[in-house]
Amino acid sequence: MRSPRPTSSVADIERDSRSKVDEQARDGLHASDAPASAEGTTATATRPVQAERGLSVRLEQLRAFYGSTEPIKGIDLEFRANEVTAIIGPSGCGKSTMIRCINRMHEEIPGARAEGRVLLDDLDVYDPTVDVVAVRRAIGMVFQKPNPFPTMSIFDNVAAGLRLSGRRQRDLQGKVESALRSAGLWDEVSERLGDPGAGLSGGQQQRLCIARSLAVDPEVILMDEPCSALDPIATLKIEELIDRLKQRVTIVIVTHNMQQAARVADRTAFMLDGRLIEVGPTQEIFTRPADPRTEEYVTGKFG
Amino acid sequence: MSARPTSGERLARFAVSPARRRKDTFARMAILTATVIALIPLMLIIYYLLRKGLGSWSTSFFTTDPTGNTFFKSSSIGGIKSAILGTIEIVALASVIAIPVGLGVAVWLVEYGKDSRFAQTVRFFVDVLTGVPSILFGLFIYIVLIVGTGSSYAGYKGSLALALLMLPVVTRATEVILALVPGALRESALALGAPRWRVILRVVLPTALPGMVTGVLLAIARAAGETAPLLFTAAATLKTNFNLGQFMNSLPVQIYSDVTSPTTAVVNRAWGAALALVTMILLLNVIARLISRRSRLA
Repeated sequence: MRSPRPTSSVADIERDSRSKVDEQARDGLHASDAPASAEGTTATATRPVQAERGLSVRLEQLRAFYGSTEPIKGIDLEFRANEVTAIIGPSGCGKSTMIRCINRMHEEIPGARAEGRVLLDDLDVYDPTVDVVAVRRAIGMVFQKPNPFPTMSIFDNVAAGLRLSGRRQRDLQGKVESALRSAGLWDEVSERLGDPGAGLSGGQQQRLCIARSLAVDPEVILMDEPCSALDPIATLKIEELIDRLKQRVTIVIVTHNMQQAARVADRTAFMLDGRLIEVGPTQEIFTRPADPRTEEYVTGKFG
Repeated sequence: MSARPTSGERLARFAVSPARRRKDTFARMAILTATVIALIPLMLIIYYLLRKGLGSWSTSFFTTDPTGNTFFKSSSIGGIKSAILGTIEIVALASVIAIPVGLGVAVWLVEYGKDSRFAQTVRFFVDVLTGVPSILFGLFIYIVLIVGTGSSYAGYKGSLALALLMLPVVTRATEVILALVPGALRESALALGAPRWRVILRVVLPTALPGMVTGVLLAIARAAGETAPLLFTAAATLKTNFNLGQFMNSLPVQIYSDVTSPTTAVVNRAWGAALALVTMILLLNVIARLISRRSRLA
């Protein structure tokens, strides 16, 4: 087993996170220039300058709509920085919709909108001055079905996020390699980076997609049932990966598999019918749930 | 309780019944017959084109203009050089106009317009335009640019008529292909923090490229074979001419005027020209397919 990424000296990490602060201040999470530097730096200044580079995400009275239906009916929930939070609940309870609200992918669906606040650290991603593109760069997403870009090679798939950002990239090679190493895929593909990404196995494709989202250096990664299309061995690899990645990022994972939630998550949230029923340390949710509905669900009485 | 079934009973329950076998055979034969019937005229066309057209092909057929003497010596009637060059020029200009606009409309419909009322309206009119007889595009240009301005025929006016004809074909064909690109690809690119226009340029269009090439080719082939829009917009010259602002010959128009000639040699020239037109379109297809295959990775 390869170690997650050579953890360099403290000085290195400090330099790393400082350059990140600069970068954010320069590019800004904001569309307009004026408030960018001001709020951008306050947002980053409150962040501990430590190895933990993930940011917390807090939902405040989040509601989501598709036309006149309301799949998310007001949720308050915090995802702590550098922790893995699992979202469990029966099909159709709004798990996917909820995490799609966090990186504002929900609004891509015609007729869909969201209300309430989603605070990334202390920045409301729904603030009108915030640039949605910057939000999605800070909050990566891994989808249910592995979906590498079919026209691109393995290398280009990982580089896609960097290239699609339109900024000139220094050391693209290095960034791609580091993302592939972090996703635990480097040893399997380093000899054939030019091959089509779609030619990999399902599990490798999903790790490729994780590498792709890691390459843009997000603070949060949302995973929407990332293992539901994978076999048990590939699933295990992804779960080990999640465990290592939380050093770097905050992870929110939607899962149908309660063993998976129990294995990977620090905290678990149970949702039902568009509402948050209960959230707490995973151990507690599975052994001493406060709400009888949670107990019924985790013991398999419904769902 | 039922006893264990005998082998005869089991056969009756699970074996393919004769009636079903007959229906299956009949259906297969019907489909095969339909395919063969569809192939017959196609084969006949190619057969006659080759038999009648190849005879008139020669080096001078491609290097001389159809300006020779048609009364006395059949060997001096001239070839189809001006028609080939005219078709290439007129269709090239029409493509330069129609393909970018058509692609733009298709991208807008799929990526931005979606199911909005305006997009539905645009889609409806594109469908209507696809069904408009080609002569109407010629008439439209004739009335607006020739009668309307009091000027005469010109190659570029023929191009405009063909561009109008190609526009709905390009739009519809590429729209269908773009809509086939999985939404998950767009979503994952957007989720990487890519602006929408980059997602379209770098992910959606490359994925759809092979299909779009086919659609665009169909439109070019359709335009290259049209006579009606050119008859009263560009035609009526037999000499080679590189100026799109003047009269210009083209293969379909040349075929049209040659076929009605009383001179056998001239009618044969029409067959040769028809074969040349089909060969050009075939070549275009092959080239474009090679290009799109090279650009496709998976």
